[in-house]
Amino acid sequence: MSFRAITGNRLRDGAVVFYNDEAGWVERLTGASLYEDKATAETKLASAKAEAEKERLAVDIYLFEVLVEDGKRVPVTIRERIRSLGPTVRTDLGKQAAA
Amino acid sequence: MTATAFRADPGIPGPGTFGSEPDDHAGIYRYDDLDRRFVAERVEQFSKQVTRRLAGELTEDEFKPLRLMNGLYLQLHAYMLRIAVPYGVLTTTQFRKLSEIGRKYDKGYGHFTTRQNLQFNWIKLEDTPAILGELAEVDMHALQTSGNCVRNVTTDQFVGASADEIVDGRVYAEILRQWTIAHPEFTYLPRKFKIAIMGSDSDRAAIRTHDVGVIAKRNEAGETGFTFYVGGGLGRSPFVGKLVREWVPEQDFAAYLEAILRVYNQYGRRDNIYKARIKILVHQLGIDKFKAEVEEEFARLPRPKFTLAPEIVEGIRARFASPGLERLPAESAEFERSKAENVEFARWSTVNLAAHKAPGYAIVSVSLKPAGGIPGDITSEQMDTLADLADRYSFGEIRVTHAQNLVLAHVRKDDLFDLWRQLDAIGLATANIGLIGDIIACPGLDYCALANARSIPLAQAISARFADPARQQAIGELGIKISGCINACGHHHVGHIGILGVDKRGEERYQITIGGDATLTTAIGDIIGPAVTEEAAVDAIDTMVEIYLANRTEGERFLDTIRRIGHGPFKESIYAAD
Ligand code: SF4
Repeated sequence: MSFRAITGNRLRDGAVVFYNDEAGWVERLTGASLYEDKATAETKLASAKAEAEKERLAVDIYLFEVLVEDGKRVPVTIRERIRSLGPTVRTDLGKQAAA
Repeated sequence: MTATAFRADPGIPGPGTFGSEPDDHAGIYRYDDLDRRFVAERVEQFSKQVTRRLAGELTEDEFKPLRLMNGLYLQLHAYMLRIAVPYGVLTTTQFRKLSEIGRKYDKGYGHFTTRQNLQFNWIKLEDTPAILGELAEVDMHALQTSGNCVRNVTTDQFVGASADEIVDGRVYAEILRQWTIAHPEFTYLPRKFKIAIMGSDSDRAAIRTHDVGVIAKRNEAGETGFTFYVGGGLGRSPFVGKLVREWVPEQDFAAYLEAILRVYNQYGRRDNIYKARIKILVHQLGIDKFKAEVEEEFARLPRPKFTLAPEIVEGIRARFASPGLERLPAESAEFERSKAENVEFARWSTVNLAAHKAPGYAIVSVSLKPAGGIPGDITSEQMDTLADLADRYSFGEIRVTHAQNLVLAHVRKDDLFDLWRQLDAIGLATANIGLIGDIIACPGLDYCALANARSIPLAQAISARFADPARQQAIGELGIKISGCINACGHHHVGHIGILGVDKRGEERYQITIGGDATLTTAIGDIIGPAVTEEAAVDAIDTMVEIYLANRTEGERFLDTIRRIGHGPFKESIYAAD
């Protein structure tokens, strides 16, 4: 099943972060809020952006698509898969390293 | 303000500031107090800007251009800091500082780029003021590595050392650095502006792929002058640089460049980022009209202000400490014996050494392309050891090449075997300079926010396929260049085999070109067919190599065979099954 999630980079260190409606910006895709319909996702994106700019938390914020298969979240694009894990050529680095 | 000896601001003293104190490092331009003050001021300014951004006094839109002007990009996983290595030359003190920054603020490694710069991939915004402060301690910075300014001038990695050198391009590259670094007219150009300079007949700096490419030469009277090419560039619309003037006398070097940049500033498009580079202006105006405009502007420039006086050139030349080369016999019995005894060393010597101008010395290229490795990456540990080796064997100096390798420029032939053994111990003795394993690859989708596809895994797969050094040597000169998007940072257009990563409905695909050439016989490669998968791209290269080997005549390089038999046989065999 396909969802949308909100991502950005944390302002102070550039780390990839995901938006959670309750917890705010989290480091793991597993913690991101998923939105089924486009309109809700767009509304959430607008408020997340406004909040992030005000609180100086994250930059370059946008929506991306996530598939949930057997309970596992997999971004649709290779770009977002790499962002959520780390460089494929250095699996000792990035989020995948601590996974 | 500017802070150097030859500059656009006439208020700053020039050659009088030069000194000639001895230095431990060869070939390195020694900053004076003005240079240092300028860099220190920029660090201070940027520190305040970072503080204001983190405190919310600057918005992201306000801050982004400021961080870019200081070499700080936001990439996929973190900020990336691009550190300038002016004309690719570093002291070991600077090299050790880069290693230390890698260890302290990044993840223990750095990446050398096709612009002779170093990039760190995991930088925190909050650390950048401290990093820039540490860089300034060793006369380094990230200026001119981003933004619509004149970028870090690149040159021949063998400058000041090679047997075929006619003019020392470093001196003029440094003059350009000083002339352009804070030039008020050159800070907001329509687009970025890249200059390369070469001082010998062999083009090791890809002159005609730059916005301005300069060849320094001498006339019959022994005077120095310059040939200017303008409007070269890769990216979305590749163009080969066109000749604008065969001979510009030394004294008019800066004036002529100023005239070119003024014409560009006046007519270059600012409404469309894809049409803003000077190559598009030259193309649209036509070279004759462009030349006429430049000549008119050149004639109009007030000469006293723009004249490059011989004392200034000499003053700058004097600030490049010269290595204390010994008088040595041309041949080294020690070197010859070691080659006879060790086949690996002999191969490395054939492939990775270049002729030095001084008898008894050689130029050593250190490959950063181990089979299956990441092109251009080096760990902090390797950097530390390499710095020790450069201190011991090459006058404390290290160069960065546009092919993402390093160079120790002045090594005694007697010392080559010892050096090779120690390089081998840290995994830096790969014998593949200029061969199929010496692949140029941009960071691609593993790191870069603009990428369409990954570059590095394909480079790794190709270099692993051709890992056998004997096979590589048998194939001979063959340059593969890979870019992860049309911005062409991996120079794929001018690869003998070029590969461009594309996104085909969410899948990574690779478009192959052949026949590109980055030397003075510059050619843009020809696309051989539809984009293929990574695996198919590796197989296609294997097939092309086999066709070349089957068709080559005595002494023919891959590029020569392609030029003689045409692209047809290569295309047909790869797409035959379709
Ligand atoms: S060519 Fe494209 S993918 Fe590669 S580094 Fe440049 S912008 Fe990034």
